[in-house]
Amino acid sequence: MSETPVNAPRKLPGSLEANRRLDRWLRINRDGTVTVFPGKVEIGQGILTVFTQIVAEELDVALERVRLAPSDTSYSPDEGITSGSRSVQEGGIALLHAAAEARDLLLQRAASRLGVSLEQLAVEDGVVTARSGGAITYWDLTSEELLAREATGDIAPKSPKEHTLIGTPVPRHDIPGKISGAPAYVQDLELPGMLHGRIVRPPSPGARLTAFDEAQVRSMPGIVEVVRDGSFLGVIAEREEQAIRALNRCKRIAQWHEISALPGTDPRYLLRADAKTEVISEKSDEAALARSKRSLEAEYTRPFIAHASMAPSCAVATHDKGAFTVWTHSQGIYPLRTELTKVLGVPERAITVIHVEGAGCYGHNGADDAACDAALLARAVPGRPVRVQWMREDEFGWEPFGSAMVVRMSGAVDGEGRIVNWTHDLWSHGHSTRPVGRDGANLLGAWYLEKPVPAATPGNPPLPAGGSHRNAIPLYEFPNQRITNHLVLRAPLRTSALRSLGAHPNVFAIESFMDELAAAAGADPVEFRLRHLKDPRARAVIEAAAEEAGWRKGGKGDGARGRGIGFARYKNVGCYAAVVVEVEIGNEIAVRRAWAAVDAGLAINPDGIANQIEGGVIQTVSWTLKEQVQYDAQRVTTLNWTDYPILSFAEAPAVEVTLINRPGEPPLGTGEGAQGPTAAAIGNAVFNAMGVRVRDMPLTRERVIAALA
Amino acid sequence: MTITLIVNEAEHRVAADPETPLLYVLRNDLKLKATRFGCGQGQCGACTVVMDGKAVASCDLPVSAAAGKTITTVEGLSTGGKLHPLQRAFIAEQAAQCGYCLSGILMAAKALLDANARPSEAEIRAALTDNFCRCGTHQRIIRAIQRAADEVAT
Ligand code: FES
Ligand code: FES
Repeated sequence: MSETPVNAPRKLPGSLEANRRLDRWLRINRDGTVTVFPGKVEIGQGILTVFTQIVAEELDVALERVRLAPSDTSYSPDEGITSGSRSVQEGGIALLHAAAEARDLLLQRAASRLGVSLEQLAVEDGVVTARSGGAITYWDLTSEELLAREATGDIAPKSPKEHTLIGTPVPRHDIPGKISGAPAYVQDLELPGMLHGRIVRPPSPGARLTAFDEAQVRSMPGIVEVVRDGSFLGVIAEREEQAIRALNRCKRIAQWHEISALPGTDPRYLLRADAKTEVISEKSDEAALARSKRSLEAEYTRPFIAHASMAPSCAVATHDKGAFTVWTHSQGIYPLRTELTKVLGVPERAITVIHVEGAGCYGHNGADDAACDAALLARAVPGRPVRVQWMREDEFGWEPFGSAMVVRMSGAVDGEGRIVNWTHDLWSHGHSTRPVGRDGANLLGAWYLEKPVPAATPGNPPLPAGGSHRNAIPLYEFPNQRITNHLVLRAPLRTSALRSLGAHPNVFAIESFMDELAAAAGADPVEFRLRHLKDPRARAVIEAAAEEAGWRKGGKGDGARGRGIGFARYKNVGCYAAVVVEVEIGNEIAVRRAWAAVDAGLAINPDGIANQIEGGVIQTVSWTLKEQVQYDAQRVTTLNWTDYPILSFAEAPAVEVTLINRPGEPPLGTGEGAQGPTAAAIGNAVFNAMGVRVRDMPLTRERVIAALA
Repeated sequence: MTITLIVNEAEHRVAADPETPLLYVLRNDLKLKATRFGCGQGQCGACTVVMDGKAVASCDLPVSAAAGKTITTVEGLSTGGKLHPLQRAFIAEQAAQCGYCLSGILMAAKALLDANARPSEAEIRAALTDNFCRCGTHQRIIRAIQRAADEVAT
């Protein structure tokens, strides 16, 4: 351990602040490799490739030398949760500085070994050479103690001008394995003696198991254990299909007492619910207000939508001599471990959580819950690993959804076509019920145990990032504005973080309303936006998207086809994105093409950014045109892909991404930058095509017809 | 019951209930993990394999119905240590986000290209009707299949 400094240690960049030891982040190995220990995890966003790129760049070694250690609570840095497009800002920045310091330490050693000064040295792929002759490699210089110290924060990373790897489209490290059939996901994990578990979920939230004849299941072939703890019910079998057959029989014979009472599927039920109301931004200018010429009001809604990962959640757990090991695709191994202590009644040191990739999750899905399920089943069969695979209906029925939301806008323009007044009221449930909950356990299985650990009070991430109110404060400059968050904490269905949180509905509302005001002012939507924006980076993405799309000022749709634009700076502090889409309205509303312009500061991997934005646009087209979780008075009725259609290959648009690279600016994540702008661009394009405004998502043909009537 | 399967040109004898979905036999008995579970209901395409030249969902196909048929999975795509043109094209186009959908899509694409060496974009899209990708990698995937077709044709 390094000495504790007398003065308070200086603040270190990104996650290095909370994990200060250099050897928590990387290790220089004698065999010519470098091991990176990321705390952030891969969720399909390509972040691990970015990490290898950062480390290879700062150390001056070939990319091929960099290995990635799986995130594991026994040794990985604690970086909380991988979410909010913060992995580059937090984990990437930490690795950038840690690698820069490691390089400096290696060079100091090289200088003393070669008997020259630091300035005499040059590095290429880990070989340090002195100008006067003489060379030594990192692999000879390294030792255990080299990085066994805290970062100082004194060594500056390279300047962007010196970059040779950062800024280049390095290919994803994981694609060759994934297209060759190598095991890649937690679903593929196979441990010796592993058993297969399934959980018998209740028919509706809060239901109690009242009668269940275990014997009818125990006698089935291959059944090893039937686990019942209160209303938590699971089966463990030798073979996977045996577990599924037992699950199906359990579903037939278990009897439940159902208590849930769900509201209608129109999100406007939120307007009548108890809410905590808070004004989050207010500006006033009486003189400007007096210039109001035309006022407008509008109400926008989004229903509950599902993450709907391609892979239902899965986990493997073992329980041996009082200690648990859990393999999981959770987005936060440390928070999950803390949460598990409450359910399993053992201390943190008795639980090891290891991350193994799952399919793309797009936020808080069933990953953590499946981990808890696996641990609860493993406890019943000590020494034998249990793999719990959720079925499709488990994931649809029990994942936390993205909250339904209602947004009411009002505004006014003056005679010059400038917005003089703007109000935005939003109603929503909280957007985080992730582990760790303050006053309970945010793990589904825990709520149904004989001695339940109840759910924590739902949370809503605070500003500036925000949860329900994420991106509710517009980036535009208005003399009068009032933004009000009406937070409805009691949710009829489980809600939590879904990619971009409240930004999708808030930006949909803001950017749709901007178009409505532009129409009222007789202005072109692009020009109208620029009129109200000072930030040059914001203006630049709008101009770039318009130019790429060949935007025609004041251009009108032809009754079937039209174009629209949407813009936001994600979280008001993240990446800037503007999206233009072209829609075609026939039997359905189709988005044929999209043009996105993005400014994510220093672009570390331009192709990775393009991939994230393309995916973000396409997924948002799906959310905005097609998706809505269905339920009746008691049960979620969206249980399979027929109940919840998503965008198909026939429907996916062509997306062009323009990247504005700003090497002098810090890098910003892009995983959630496109959602809000894309949703609004679609609504605006429908208006451009047909002259009608559809304000309720999903934007369906029926709603267009209703609006025409 | 013992069932004989021909998977990736090798013969396997497996002891399983004849009703067991082929998917679980591939994954758990033959340890071929590339074929993946997504829904178990023939709706998403994650479990697609090529059987006697056709793309089929393995999650709701009883293993007994696959007995004696010729089955190809992603593990059987490359031959003699050489990647299949589709695999090379997916790398070249960087056609993945999470990649979970890819095995099924690769097999649907293989069945397409084996039957139609020069598919149009519309034909590629149509061949993937039963495959979902939640990450939104559609455009890269379509481009990769086009690239593979071009490579095979030239
Ligand atoms: S898992 Fe077979 S089609 Fe979805
Ligand atoms: S790449 Fe993730 S589902 Fe297709």
